[in-house]
Amino acid sequence: MVAIFLGVSLVQYIPMSTITTNDVRHLAQLSNLQLSDDEITSLQTDLANILDYIDQLNEIDTSGVAPTYQVTGLENVWRDDVVDASAVTREDLLALAPEHADNSIKVPQVLA
Amino acid sequence: MNIRDLVAQINAGQASARALVEDALKKARDAEEYHALLSLTEERALARADEIDAHIKAGEEVGVLAGVPFVVKDNFLAFGAPTTAASKILENFNAPVQATVVEKLEQAGAICIGKSNLDAFAHGGSTENSAFGVTHNAIDKTKVAGGSSGGSAVVTALDIVPFALGSDTGGSIRQPASFNGVFGMKPTYGMSSRYGVVAMASSTDVMGCFAKSADDIALIESVMAGQDTKDMTTLPDYFTSLTEVPAGLKIGLVKEAMTDDVDPEVRKATERYAEKLRAAGHTVDEVSLPSVKHSLAIYYIVVPAEVSSNLARYDGVRYGRRAESVQTLGELYGRSRDEGFVTENKRRIMIGSYVLSSGFFDAYYQQAQKARTVLINEFNSLFSQYDLLLMPTAPTPAFGIGENTEDPVKMYLSDVMTVPMSLAGLPAISAPAGTSASGLPIGVQLIGSMKNDALVIATAGQMERQND
Repeated sequence: MVAIFLGVSLVQYIPMSTITTNDVRHLAQLSNLQLSDDEITSLQTDLANILDYIDQLNEIDTSGVAPTYQVTGLENVWRDDVVDASAVTREDLLALAPEHADNSIKVPQVLA
Repeated sequence: MNIRDLVAQINAGQASARALVEDALKKARDAEEYHALLSLTEERALARADEIDAHIKAGEEVGVLAGVPFVVKDNFLAFGAPTTAASKILENFNAPVQATVVEKLEQAGAICIGKSNLDAFAHGGSTENSAFGVTHNAIDKTKVAGGSSGGSAVVTALDIVPFALGSDTGGSIRQPASFNGVFGMKPTYGMSSRYGVVAMASSTDVMGCFAKSADDIALIESVMAGQDTKDMTTLPDYFTSLTEVPAGLKIGLVKEAMTDDVDPEVRKATERYAEKLRAAGHTVDEVSLPSVKHSLAIYYIVVPAEVSSNLARYDGVRYGRRAESVQTLGELYGRSRDEGFVTENKRRIMIGSYVLSSGFFDAYYQQAQKARTVLINEFNSLFSQYDLLLMPTAPTPAFGIGENTEDPVKMYLSDVMTVPMSLAGLPAISAPAGTSASGLPIGVQLIGSMKNDALVIATAGQMERQND
């Protein structure tokens, strides 16, 4: 593949030191993903490559620049707090749950 | 035939909604080998067609899209079939509501006949990340459809329906439009409601459409546009189609998108398009947008961050697939998500968790959002001198199926020309601009300043007529 793209070099080696198997396990935990060992190994390579690519942002001088979180400039958009009679019902929503009983959604025990 | 003429025929009784819907369903079945559609909403579509035909027979006004069949990308909540987002976790999800833009199109008389394939949760640029199989390019079946709205681009290119809906977070309408030789419009951020569409990155997600002409795009966007109390980021409706393009537009050709790394045939097609703009009396100057080269890196920090947050809701509790024989709630979350997401979803969620985690937030997320400001300032400065910008839609024509699946960074590079406008919220259309020597379509983007959607579409229309 190209080593340079639009003026940005794409480093092709995998700097395994920057992201360890334990890092991947920790990220999986933060992300609520129970991954297999095979997935952890392949994601370690992928994540290292992606992080390597996005590291180029350090080249940009952003001193004194404010971050952009949204592009329209809209602020504090209000609407009247009224009940919409045509809205989805509780029954509709409960029916979507994989398991429900007595107007509640059922889940397994919370604490191991 | 354009959509306006089609609707005129229906209103005049020369065509029926029923016949159009039946024809579209038949074409969809005949084109199954492309795997562009995940489901057909046949029963509901035929019922609506009969209803519309009855209204027209009774002499009632139905709407500007009376009887026109269309397809939605399967991340839009729409009645008649499950909304899967091409993922296992939503495989059997039947939404109790419809997306606002689907409702608006139905109120105007359009009829949804099916739901198209995409990269699961719209994560990808080839529709190879669908949990339900790959979509094939409409022109060359060995090539990808592009993505993530690959199915909608293909059904439009194959003339199954006159228009189809897509969502565009970083190029997901424009890139597949270019790969299949159709028009694809990414409106200004906030022009149309995002309500009822599976959220990917809330600060760049926009809803748009594919069609065979710029006029059709203008008509569909005019129906979709407007404020929605269910999406507080929508702008008051400002969209009015332009019937005429102002003479002597100043257009900037972005030189950073025309380097040697871009396929020579793509560059040539873009140059030809620039010549056509000049022939129509506009000026085209080379301009510089230095942050283009950093846009992809900004995008792959900001978007995964938003993805990790937006996809936290899919946990197997309230709706969607739930893992079986789990002992604890933690296991239920972890296993349901592991089984329900494709690898690309997991990559993006984990990159998002990484860039948002303590110790890295300032270096990645905050730095990316500042770099985004630098990019937007560069755009603003260009738009103080130019009416429109021009650049290719993708660095290459459609690539081969399987060609980029092993290397996520290489796959991400196909978005390099489309992400800058997503980060800045700008309107951009991908317009057909000829083909490569091997016959693959090439697309170019016309880009406007905020809310200048109508100018972008009308200029693409002017160039389209110049083809004839």
